[in-house]
Amino acid sequence: MKLGRVVGTVVSTINAPDFDNRTLLLCDLIDPSGRPAGGYLIAVDTVGAGAGEMVLILDEGNSARQVLNAPGAPIRTLVVGIVDAVTDGPL
Amino acid sequence: MQLARVIGTVVATVKAPGLEGVKLLVIQPLDRSLKPVGGQLVAADAVHMAGPGELVYFVAAREAAQAMPDPFVPVDHAIVGIVDAVSELPGQTP
Repeated sequence: MKLGRVVGTVVSTINAPDFDNRTLLLCDLIDPSGRPAGGYLIAVDTVGAGAGEMVLILDEGNSARQVLNAPGAPIRTLVVGIVDAVTDGPL
Repeated sequence: MQLARVIGTVVATVKAPGLEGVKLLVIQPLDRSLKPVGGQLVAADAVHMAGPGELVYFVAAREAAQAMPDPFVPVDHAIVGIVDAVSELPGQTP
């Protein structure tokens, strides 16, 4: 999984049917300290993440379809968690 | 999924079985400021409505074929939505 920060939303009326009624979040990829790691992903929201939050991004198709219980959906990237804290280094 | 701009079409008469009737479009992937990033790609149009100039989002790899009516087709990039709006939060510009 990857860490990201929600930086916006993508709104779409015409889409593949599996995307109906799903929220798409624009997420910058970040490193554990919160700095941009380069790149971004558009992810389907499953947890109600909002603006500016650090989130956990799942970027693997089979897992994504299992989480959504949508076999056959062309979806690979999900927001699956809202990060409270990241501890970097020895615990 | 990533954002892209449709910049052209591809017409191929001879193609792999399963690709009959599949519309192929040339897309330019974009960063989230809608600036071009990386090389252009040919993607299948899974929404059947995308055309040149439109802002779309696409999936890659196995998920691209899953977007097609027959999921066992040789497709590795597919357009799965036409973007109405990208709303960026204030203060979050790169």
